[in-house]
Amino acid sequence: MTQYDELTEFLLRLGDSALIQAQRLCEWTGRAPALEEEMGMMNVGLDLVGQARNWYEYAAERINDGTDADVLAFRRDERAFRNLLLVEQPNGDFAVTMTKQFFYDAWQFHLLTLLKDAKDERISAIATKSLKEVIYHLRRSSQWVERLGDGTDESHQRMEKAIDTVWRFTFELIEKNAAEVALAESGDIPSLAELPEQWLATVNEVFAKATLTVPDAPSTFYLSARTGMHTEHLGILLAEMQFLQRAYPDASW
Amino acid sequence: MRAGELITTDQQGRSGGEADIQQAYKVLEEVMDPEVPVVSVMDLGIVRDVSWVDGHLKVVVTPTYSGCPATEYIETSIRDALQEAGFSHPKVSQRLDPAWTTDWINEQGRNRLKAYGIAPPVGSSNKRSLLSGITQVECPHCGSKDTEQISEFGSTACKALYRCKSCLEPFDYFKCI
Repeated sequence: MTQYDELTEFLLRLGDSALIQAQRLCEWTGRAPALEEEMGMMNVGLDLVGQARNWYEYAAERINDGTDADVLAFRRDERAFRNLLLVEQPNGDFAVTMTKQFFYDAWQFHLLTLLKDAKDERISAIATKSLKEVIYHLRRSSQWVERLGDGTDESHQRMEKAIDTVWRFTFELIEKNAAEVALAESGDIPSLAELPEQWLATVNEVFAKATLTVPDAPSTFYLSARTGMHTEHLGILLAEMQFLQRAYPDASW
Repeated sequence: MRAGELITTDQQGRSGGEADIQQAYKVLEEVMDPEVPVVSVMDLGIVRDVSWVDGHLKVVVTPTYSGCPATEYIETSIRDALQEAGFSHPKVSQRLDPAWTTDWINEQGRNRLKAYGIAPPVGSSNKRSLLSGITQVECPHCGSKDTEQISEFGSTACKALYRCKSCLEPFDYFKCI
């Protein structure tokens, strides 16, 4: 039976967000400000690719039409991707990269903490496993936000600019979604009602230490990855990421 | 000759017993982690179950990190080692739940890590202590507790990079998860 339903979409949202965030991190290879930071970013990316694979494998089993994790990652078009708009945004400077990472890590941390208690054993197992890794990701990105925000005048200004650049994309992290409410009501996933508040609390806490101001919560955004309406940046990212499998389908070594 | 073509002492489909399981565990003691070749898969605690199912030896392993590139290599190493030891067609499967924790690394593994120059994980893996990030790591070279973290991530996902302020040597710390 093919089940391309709301739960499958939800799994793709998690998998796609992890994969696209990882792909953006990979762009720092050979360009990071320090070797240790490059290794840090690559290691976070590696964790995220592994998490994406776990979500994709489950989604593929539900879709059940012969698809698999690789097909989901490399042969879908932009409109089929459900990743957060936040993670597809260009890396910018190190401040933008770390701001995006921090917003995403805090979202993952609270979301996975809720999903850990899912009745669906597969979701619970993947969330539990991922959460152990995400604790380290969040610790690292929080420390960077603090260090840059409460650093020099230059780093503080860059952080303010970075927040200005990506803040509007955080709407998707805190919006209430009818499909997710329905999934929670039917018992497929735990209620995510507290997620926006928890996410904002973490942002408030870290920004306070970083001497940064939290802008007003965004109330809407004109695009939404839930319907496949992305910013112009995702297509370019996919063109690079999917090139090999598009040019040489099923290539292996 | 490919590993699968080795002449094996047991016939496919035979029934196995406790002696086979014990022998398999012995073999697994010798299967080393590719990234840290002094610790075995048993030391790391990633082997969760060894049983005899439908005439085959079955080994259940749990991955350390979601994206650990060594996972598949380790599964192949386990299969090869068991075949070489005479088990035909051993099956290796993955289990995610319960998630692997560094609490499962045994005493021998911890000692071996230290002797290899990698500081073993400190404390237990509960969320509160991890988020606070306060960990006193002992230098595996000189034993000093006066150490500092250089980077949250080291040469692999499972390690952080530290420096000893006494002997000034840098070292890897096997993170607690």
